[in-house]
Amino acid sequence: MKGWMSRFKAVFALTVMALILSGCGESFLSALQPSGEGASMLLDLMILSIVIMLFVFVIVMIIYVFVIFKFRQKKGQEDIVPKQVEGSHALETLWTVIPIILLLILAVPTIQYTFALADTSPETTEEGEELDQIWVDVTGSQYWWHFEYRDLEVTTSQELYIPTDRRVNLSMISNDVIHSFWVPTIQGKMDVNPTGNKNEMYIQAEEEGVYWGKCAELCGPSHSLMDFKIVAVSPGEFEQWVEDMQSVSGEEEPESETAQAGQQVFADNCMSCHAIGSSPNKTGPNLTNFADREKLAGVFDMNEENLREWIATKGEEMKPGNSMMDAPYDLSDEEINQVMEYLMTLSPSDVTPESANNGVYEDSDLSGLFPEESEGEGSGEGEGNSDSEGNNNSESGSDSESGNNESSGNNSEGDSEGSSSENSNDNSDSNSDE
Amino acid sequence: MAEDVLKSGDLPENPERATLEGRNKFMGFWFFLGGETVLFASLFGTFLALRNSNAGGPAAEDIFGLGLVFIMTVLLLTSSLTSVYAMYHMKNNDFKKMQLWLGITVVLGLGFLGMEIYEFYHYVHGYEFGFTTSAFSSAFYTLVGFHGAHVAFGLSWFVALMIRNAKRGLNLYNAPKFYIGSLYWHFIDVVWVFIFTVVYLLGKVG
Amino acid sequence: MSTTANQKAGIGSVLWDYLTTVDHKKIAILYLIGGMFFFLVGGLQAMLIRIQLIVPENEFLSAQFYNEVLTMHGTTMIFLAAMPLLFALMNAVLPLQIGARDVAFPFVNALGFWLFFFGGIFLNISWFTGGAPDAGWTAYAPLSVFSEGHGVDYYSIGLQIAGFGTLMAGINFLVTVINMRAPGMTYMRMPLFTWTSFIASVLILFAFPALTVGLFLLTFDRLFGANFFNPDMGGNAIIWEHLFWIFGHPEVYILILPAFGVFSEVIPAFAKKRLFGYSSMVFATILIAFLGFMVWAHHMFTVGLGPIANSIFAVATMAIAVPTGIKIFNWLFTLWGGQIRMTSPMVFALGFIPTFTIGGMTGVMLASAAADFQYHDSYFVVAHFHYVIVGGVVLGIFAGLIYWWPKMFGTLLNEKLNHWFFWLFFIGFHLTFFLQHFLGLMGMPRRYWTYLEGQNLDLFNLISTIGAFFMAVGTLVFLYNVVKTQMKGEKVSGDPWDARTLEWSIPSPPPFYNFKQEPLVRGLDPLWIEKMQGNGKIQPAEPLGDIHMPNRSLTPFMISLGLFIAGFGIMYQGGMWVLAGIGFATTLGSMLYRSLKDDIGYHVHKEELEEEGDGSNG
Repeated sequence: MKGWMSRFKAVFALTVMALILSGCGESFLSALQPSGEGASMLLDLMILSIVIMLFVFVIVMIIYVFVIFKFRQKKGQEDIVPKQVEGSHALETLWTVIPIILLLILAVPTIQYTFALADTSPETTEEGEELDQIWVDVTGSQYWWHFEYRDLEVTTSQELYIPTDRRVNLSMISNDVIHSFWVPTIQGKMDVNPTGNKNEMYIQAEEEGVYWGKCAELCGPSHSLMDFKIVAVSPGEFEQWVEDMQSVSGEEEPESETAQAGQQVFADNCMSCHAIGSSPNKTGPNLTNFADREKLAGVFDMNEENLREWIATKGEEMKPGNSMMDAPYDLSDEEINQVMEYLMTLSPSDVTPESANNGVYEDSDLSGLFPEESEGEGSGEGEGNSDSEGNNNSESGSDSESGNNESSGNNSEGDSEGSSSENSNDNSDSNSDE
Repeated sequence: MAEDVLKSGDLPENPERATLEGRNKFMGFWFFLGGETVLFASLFGTFLALRNSNAGGPAAEDIFGLGLVFIMTVLLLTSSLTSVYAMYHMKNNDFKKMQLWLGITVVLGLGFLGMEIYEFYHYVHGYEFGFTTSAFSSAFYTLVGFHGAHVAFGLSWFVALMIRNAKRGLNLYNAPKFYIGSLYWHFIDVVWVFIFTVVYLLGKVG
Repeated sequence: MSTTANQKAGIGSVLWDYLTTVDHKKIAILYLIGGMFFFLVGGLQAMLIRIQLIVPENEFLSAQFYNEVLTMHGTTMIFLAAMPLLFALMNAVLPLQIGARDVAFPFVNALGFWLFFFGGIFLNISWFTGGAPDAGWTAYAPLSVFSEGHGVDYYSIGLQIAGFGTLMAGINFLVTVINMRAPGMTYMRMPLFTWTSFIASVLILFAFPALTVGLFLLTFDRLFGANFFNPDMGGNAIIWEHLFWIFGHPEVYILILPAFGVFSEVIPAFAKKRLFGYSSMVFATILIAFLGFMVWAHHMFTVGLGPIANSIFAVATMAIAVPTGIKIFNWLFTLWGGQIRMTSPMVFALGFIPTFTIGGMTGVMLASAAADFQYHDSYFVVAHFHYVIVGGVVLGIFAGLIYWWPKMFGTLLNEKLNHWFFWLFFIGFHLTFFLQHFLGLMGMPRRYWTYLEGQNLDLFNLISTIGAFFMAVGTLVFLYNVVKTQMKGEKVSGDPWDARTLEWSIPSPPPFYNFKQEPLVRGLDPLWIEKMQGNGKIQPAEPLGDIHMPNRSLTPFMISLGLFIAGFGIMYQGGMWVLAGIGFATTLGSMLYRSLKDDIGYHVHKEELEEEGDGSNG
């Protein structure tokens, strides 16, 4: 199927794409300039449907223009009575059957892609070995996004770091109203529902970059300001970033005195909502790598002026209706300065949004992030396992109690998606020394 | 002439459908019941989706007692039968007997309604199972309450018709009104059969 | 015989006349005025939206107010403008097209209007009492449950009241078509507008109760502490989406089918040819309606129903394109070989064909479930449904209004101004909405109060706003035309368009009893048949006799007023409960009054009728 699809595409893609679609919008935002596996597939599907539909449209327009010019009443013809045609079975059959065929051509890949995009099972290498899965628990809140890397002890908000060329699975839930997670260049959107309706999808970026994400479901006054970013860095950089983030405890003392004072102010006033380091607290955005953020609160330029206004006014004008407006703190100008200085020290990693654009590519299979694999290697079963897959699962199940327990707990919460998180596999061990 | 429809006695075979207005009412009411079917279907759908969402409050098997509900079912089904008798006598132009059977129908319906009120009272005070207790309780009271409101409306309808026409008897003008009243009553009955099955039996069994 | 036969006269009584009328032609005018008023209100809201989006990071409206405006724009246009305007056309024309003297339930007809009217007013009072609803016209829970203030309460109660009215109107037209057709008017001789209105009424009957339930649940959640949509108490927000779209998708067809009907009348009339493939048009209409009930979840592809459900609904949705395509080609082949007159209704119909084809194309694209993950809730969807609703329904409403204006008012709107109106509106429409397809794909989600600079969304938004101004000017031209024409008051004959169907065989505007004698219908397009084979006049099916007419009544107004008052009581509770008491007492009391009081109508006598001409369009 993929074969004839791409051939079909090849005929039209250049002309249609070049003429109409490309150059539409920005490469970090437009669904017409995909940088991810999902978005590319969807663009293929769109082009197929556009081509079919344009074919229909052209036929309609040819007949339309012809009849309007040909059969217009001319002067002196007022008394002519045209033949009162009842219909034509042949014609009517024709324009019933042809659309059905065209729709079937569209329906088949539609169904195929619908199932393909809903698949969150592990990726496999060319040899058929299953790769480790990265699962991120996404929480949408009015009006920000929270990301917890399952089993990695990494928590962040607003900017989601992912490795390129690797699927990252998302398990999404909302803290309040319905939101919708949309990164047009990477993947189509998926609603983020309140309790009881957990949704899963995968994202995969093919190139490094900072991609803009949007909330696509009306969620309140600041719906249009609920932006987030996906920072796609090379796998090696991603591994580095995770390790750096894991090392943050939130207790680190900053160097300057002002910042130290700011840390105290932060602990007294902000800590109950904002965590630093991995933490289950998601009352407010996690600030572990705050100073590395590309945008403040998702949409504002990251500068002192904006930050000051945000802290001082609790974002009242900047993001109407945000929950920080209910925060009870009352800081003096000096305290605000101290907190700001402290916040700007929160840069645990050299891997930042800039790393996504610097052209450096470090490869990794990320197996270093999944410690249970190294045990497998130690006992030397790694290679044996990769031959027989059936064995593989049961082995890994007993290998990694903590990891599996947690993920199966998550599974039973999500309603129907079945066994989606077999996240421990020994197969990729052979590469793990890279 | 127009007043002819108010004359009682000497009515044709099917008085409820003898005039255009009667036929219109008859047909319009059937459509209305079609819409009501969708209404109750939506309520049933909602109830089914939420019937296990008791959020820590009482669950279906904790509170429902089939005995009372069974008696209510018998009452309402019997009242449907008595309303059939009433319509039978209407077609035979026997106004007195029609009124009698309609009266019995109303008494049975009142009995049903009284027991339902008792049932709700019992849930609220015996089990602290109120409208706002859980999603399940909201769905239960809404579905069964909508049905109860329909019963109450149907009863007042019958009573109003019976009192209004007590003296002048049956004619072509009021025959359709009695007839669609009884149609409505049958509909309420059918809905109750579903409530009995879906809410109570299913709630008790599993 | 009765005093009611006396026609009240005098200027002061006009108001009373319209408050108590049960005449379908007057109710049509009431619907027209109500619908036009709300159309202008909704249009004003649309202009506010476009002005806000004219430049990035605009501060013209506040975020909260913007959400209120966009919610009310959608709600107003769908429920309070498009529906009543279509009801105006149906009321004005449908009984005439089937040779009936009135609808089956004139009283219920009036009740339907007043319920719509009070529901619409109720909804709009929210502007003055602390804020309009702000959760979108779809009012997705739990946003609509959490929404502060009483805005969403106005939404749920106002639409509830208006919805009852719509349901009644639907049942009324169903029975009218089934029971009130003139002799010889078989189902397969009914004009397409009657057919599509009939099928739309079936949709109303089965779709609106789902909305009724949804609104009840929302009201209970908000005002009485129920937990249907509250996740913390076991509720499930997705139930609302299902209920809303089980209603909402058929609603789209409720709107578009009558518009299809209008075009199916206008095109044959001005192509001087019978409708090509009449029976397949009827069949296609029924098929669209049938399929329309099994596709609601295509609004919910991204909700997470899973790939199986998504695929089923995707294929079902695509299937609707087939009957719709049949219609497009049938219209084209009606034109084929005809004698096309470029009158203004015809120009609207011709403008509709390509516009709606684009709307249908994007519809099929949206049906492709996977691709919809990109389109969904973006400006692509906004563009799509405006192509369908404005390009289909609104063009249809205006085509129908201009076409049947002589039948409703006895005057003819100025053709030149109509053409101006069309071109301004049509060009403005495409300017506004065509580029929005691209805006959506370029990453602009719908319902965005503002967009940031540097996303390359500025230019298309600016063009879109400019287009909106064209549409506004076009609408003003139409209003000017209406005022000018009615001031002038130049009467036209009963058949100014040289048309084909039964309504054109009687005077414009028709006498209150419509047909002096029941017409005898000899085939499809009865007037055309008589023009070709007879003397151009419809033969009567009965000798001249007394005509039975319904009495006028204030009761419909009172029933609706009662619900209107009760709505405030339910909403504000506390001491305001007394209002609920008064309101429900008024409503139930009026219903009781209606039930107990004999209302058997009156007769227009043969002798009176004989004095008034022969009842033809002369």
